[in-house]
Amino acid sequence: MRFYRSLTIAQKQIVWAWIFLAVPTVFYIWIRFYPTANAFVLSFQHWNLLSDREWAGLDNYVRLWNDPVFWVVFKNTFIYLALGTPISLALSFVVAYHLDKVRFMHGFIRALYFLPFMTSAVAMAWVWRWFYQPVPIGLINNALSSIGIPQIAFLNSTTNALPAVLAPAIWAGLGFQIIIFMAGLRAIPQTYYEAARIDGVSAWTTLTEITLPLLKPTIVFLVVFSSIGFLRIFDQVFNMTTNDPGGPLNSTKPLVLLIYDTAFNGFNMGYAAAQTVVLFVVLLVVSLLQLYIMRDRDRVS
Amino acid sequence: MVKFKKWIFGATAGLAASLMVQSASAVEIEYWQYFFEARVKAMETLIDNFQKANPDITVKMTHFPYADYRTKVAAAIPAGEGPDVVQLFYGWLNDYVEAELIQPLPADRFPPEMIEKEFFPMVSAMKRGDSYMALPTAVRSLALFYNTRLFEEAGIDAPPATHDELIDVAKKLTKKDGAGNITTVGITTGMTAQDHHWVREVLVRQFGGEPYNDDYQTVNYNSDAGKKALGFYTSLQSEHGVTQSGFMDQPQAAFKAGRAGMHIDGSFRIGALNKTRGLKWGVTELPASNDGVKSNYSSYWVNGVTSKASGEKYEASLKFMEYIISDEAMQIWLDTVGELPAKPSAALTEKNSSDPVFGPFIRGLEYAHTTKFANESAQRQVLVDLVGRIDLEGQSLDDSVQQAAADEQKILDDYYK
Repeated sequence: MRFYRSLTIAQKQIVWAWIFLAVPTVFYIWIRFYPTANAFVLSFQHWNLLSDREWAGLDNYVRLWNDPVFWVVFKNTFIYLALGTPISLALSFVVAYHLDKVRFMHGFIRALYFLPFMTSAVAMAWVWRWFYQPVPIGLINNALSSIGIPQIAFLNSTTNALPAVLAPAIWAGLGFQIIIFMAGLRAIPQTYYEAARIDGVSAWTTLTEITLPLLKPTIVFLVVFSSIGFLRIFDQVFNMTTNDPGGPLNSTKPLVLLIYDTAFNGFNMGYAAAQTVVLFVVLLVVSLLQLYIMRDRDRVS
Repeated sequence: MVKFKKWIFGATAGLAASLMVQSASAVEIEYWQYFFEARVKAMETLIDNFQKANPDITVKMTHFPYADYRTKVAAAIPAGEGPDVVQLFYGWLNDYVEAELIQPLPADRFPPEMIEKEFFPMVSAMKRGDSYMALPTAVRSLALFYNTRLFEEAGIDAPPATHDELIDVAKKLTKKDGAGNITTVGITTGMTAQDHHWVREVLVRQFGGEPYNDDYQTVNYNSDAGKKALGFYTSLQSEHGVTQSGFMDQPQAAFKAGRAGMHIDGSFRIGALNKTRGLKWGVTELPASNDGVKSNYSSYWVNGVTSKASGEKYEASLKFMEYIISDEAMQIWLDTVGELPAKPSAALTEKNSSDPVFGPFIRGLEYAHTTKFANESAQRQVLVDLVGRIDLEGQSLDDSVQQAAADEQKILDDYYK
């Protein structure tokens, strides 16, 4: 008590801050950091949940390196990212840019775009799965064949399946990105636009020289946010391909689904942990890139 | 005062005595299974009967949703918690035996020679060394479901009994629209459903082969017989055009919707089909090969005593095991759940084997085989991919079978090393 009294007010504040922080800190260490550390340890072990854990050295990583399925899956994960992020950002920007100028039924249209974001990914995946079925039940193929166009194999194709699975994922995330973009657009001071108009600058130049540069923080946030989302894609893929998860022939399988399969069908916990560590590293690199780009922007401004 | 002391003494002694009696007589054992309404109801009946016969034992049943069951059991038993008697899928047994989490059934109470005499032969997959590790109450087998309405429409009077008849009948049942798209399949196919069992244990054997050697540790379906079997299977779509893989997403959905003439599935499907309004169906044994070879695949859930049970609980667990593998228990299970008795003495009664629905499955049990899987979903995936490579990538049957055999052998080697 005497010790506490001898502290300055600032020091007392720190003490109290730590007392209040202690609860979430302990909680976080217990449910986040401890399991994470445990997963790292586990990635160097063999474990099937039942027997004791056995040290395996680098076995799991060597196996990963030599596993052709892992490389297919790794590639798929980056295709989801490489297609998903730019397409979803471009679409949502175009929609937000024009929606920003629309006054007629603005709220209603915005709600329509936002609605899919609020829908359960599972329900949505199953509805799209039904759209994609061949004749006689698939919505799209029924429509195509009724006007004499041959059916398209959406999900039962090694080339079409991934884009077909990606489409609803992009569509579902669009609403959120549009809202963020619109907030970003509203935050740009009108004075810049007025100045541009006085100078007689073309609409294209206004877009590329004023709107886009000033939207950079918004864009960086959305790029990182959606990148992490696409790197972790699971719900849509799993629910649209439950018969042959990640199929056909692994053509839609993302990393998270491989981890799930290794852990909860194969009960190969060590190997699954090694795959998780790889995912962790990939996500970490993406996050560090974000920090790097953000810092760069601060220095310029 | 003296009175009070006496009263206290008497009360204490009485309480102590009653506690002692209780602890000496009341044993509580725990039983775990996954949640499926009929299974839980059947088990409640069995527990009631068992407790009436053994008033000193209580059995507490706990159940979990199917999706969590395997993980829950795997987490609880090594921690020394959870059930004394547990229900496991037969394919998981290996892992539990390796980790010494299941105790062998003592040979004096469950003599192997008795089990081999009384149970259907495929139960021998549960034997390790000289004793049995676990035993089933009920088993499942495959049979051919058919849509009677479509059969009448096509003028077919009997379900097919051989492979050739299967193709003929399927051709008559298949319907196409003007553009040549299939709108009703003659027979459903899909390795993701039960077909991988049909190919492994039925077709490969019918074409004269053995799907595996060395107690299921060596892949052998890359033999001539295996290739013929897979050739027959893939020809249903590629040559005869009577099916389409992935038709209506899931084979059972196509059959339920009346869009499939025939459908191979397990006895566990009976309940769902009974509930489907407007569907008229029949069921028959799997078609024999053209030279009359019959085969079937059987899977089952087994009951075993975990390493947690000791002393009185162990004794009570064994008693409970004895009851749930009795003929009486099997009949209750069949009547409540619709799963087939694991012993011929209970299954092949006049009433059961002449039953129009259960009969074909029960007759199938006599020649059924059980695959010892190392990792069922991964091994299923191998066959899914085998057909996928032929359908989607145009690989030749020979190459695809060879690659599948190599892939599956790798899974087996990793597991058994």
